Amino acid sequence: MNSMRVNHHPVLGDLETHKEIKIYFDGQEYTAYEGDTIASALLASGVRTLRFHEDKETPRGIYCNIGHCFECRVKVDGKKTVRACLTSAENHMQIESCKALSASEVKGGTL
Amino acid sequence: MIDVVIIGAGPAGLGAAVAAAEHGLQVCVVDEFVKPGGRLLGQLHEEPDGKWVNGIEEAQKLYNQAIGLGVDIRCGISVYDLRKLENTWCVYTTDEMIESKCLLLATGASETPIPIPGWTLPGVMSIGAAQVMGNVHRVKPGEKGIIIGVNVLSVAIARELQLCGVHVESILLPQPGLLAGSAGNPEKMMESLLRLSHLAPSPLIRMGGKWVSPKLGARLFPKNGFKMWGIPIQLRKAALEILGDNQVEGVRMAEVSANGEVLPGTEKTVSADFVCIAGGLTPMAELASVAGCSFCYVPELGGHVPLHNEFMQTNLAGLYIAGNITGVESAKVARAQGKVAGLSMARELKALVYGGNEKLYAAVEEVTETRRNALIQFQPGIEEARKELHRKFDETYKQKLVSI
Repeated sequence: MNSMRVNHHPVLGDLETHKEIKIYFDGQEYTAYEGDTIASALLASGVRTLRFHEDKETPRGIYCNIGHCFECRVKVDGKKTVRACLTSAENHMQIESCKALSASEVKGGTL
Repeated sequence: MIDVVIIGAGPAGLGAAVAAAEHGLQVCVVDEFVKPGGRLLGQLHEEPDGKWVNGIEEAQKLYNQAIGLGVDIRCGISVYDLRKLENTWCVYTTDEMIESKCLLLATGASETPIPIPGWTLPGVMSIGAAQVMGNVHRVKPGEKGIIIGVNVLSVAIARELQLCGVHVESILLPQPGLLAGSAGNPEKMMESLLRLSHLAPSPLIRMGGKWVSPKLGARLFPKNGFKMWGIPIQLRKAALEILGDNQVEGVRMAEVSANGEVLPGTEKTVSADFVCIAGGLTPMAELASVAGCSFCYVPELGGHVPLHNEFMQTNLAGLYIAGNITGVESAKVARAQGKVAGLSMARELKALVYGGNEKLYAAVEEVTETRRNALIQFQPGIEEARKELHRKFDETYKQKLVSI
């Protein structure tokens, strides 16, 4: 767990100790640090796929990390279209990946 | 109603907040990100004297200064609409609507994506995304990365990723084509790279920067690239496709001619677990469009910028801009521009006293000085392009705006 963390850095120094919190992504528990965004917490645990394209079902992850592209949109505690890169991870947060829409939900069969 | 709302808590926004609050104005700064500092946060570079500049510390200093002056800084809030009533700007945020007499847009820049096949795979991200992941969140974007797009920003961030313990396999060009623009042209990229040559640890490139013409440089560029900090920079290789089933597994690449044409029979696949796309920066000016500003297309400044003058005024009364929304430059220039905007707003609101005008003119001068001393020039001809832009503004709007 947290193998992707930059614990030591020659210029920025060692990573300060952060309070650990628990978040849930698609039901699976992950450890995050206080101060993480949802995107950084999940990436630290090796999770890269945050959603599947509504129509094509292809996997998507973060792209711009500044809230501009909306590629990292997830569902948080039932709220839709939350940008993982701009949202702080909070203890016990329930995060869900967005799934492809069923044919009946898609207008005319395509987006 | 408060005096000033500033959108963006980066160096420009916070710089402006400090200048305005120092003159007694009531200031509120909003920012979408969870922490203040904007793109200062990711920055980490070595000055010529060997000292490291840590953007996180710089941001903290500015933040403390602003908070000390009573500035209200709200993070994690997005602005989605602006409206002008008679003498009031209404700023619609995801939190509440805020009304102010003056409004400053310090929204910064966004990266231009280069959509090449496979770019939607998880593990492909903009170069700036990787920078923030590593330096701010202290999470590696992957173990072994390939950077597509050779420019000032990508080379600098490659070095930063290396400091985070990430292996950068190579920096190469995107396949030339309509969507890559000049990013796929070795000559153009050589020109961009040469502006960084004085920072290069390799004496070969440092010297090269002084005498190599971009044309000659691109032609003479060795097949296997130059190395900077041990990272091969390959102007004669182009990425054709990012490969992987569910996430990045590698990049299919080929050698290209000095004009950027793919050489048949040179294709190969190199493995990587993440890919960064570096297409350069462009001013992020959506809110200026929403507000109804006039725009100008200025390639030297990175694209379409709101028309403005050296006092950071737009053509709409009470609306100011500062930082990369006015053109892509360094954080130091952004901060100096922020100071000008803060003082300009203080002047409009009659808060400039005791030699205030001199202060404002000195701040304008400081922007030019900072620009001339900048370590990295993102584009050639910035100063001339800005002069021309200001001239256009004066020609059209000087008569209409009060108290310039």
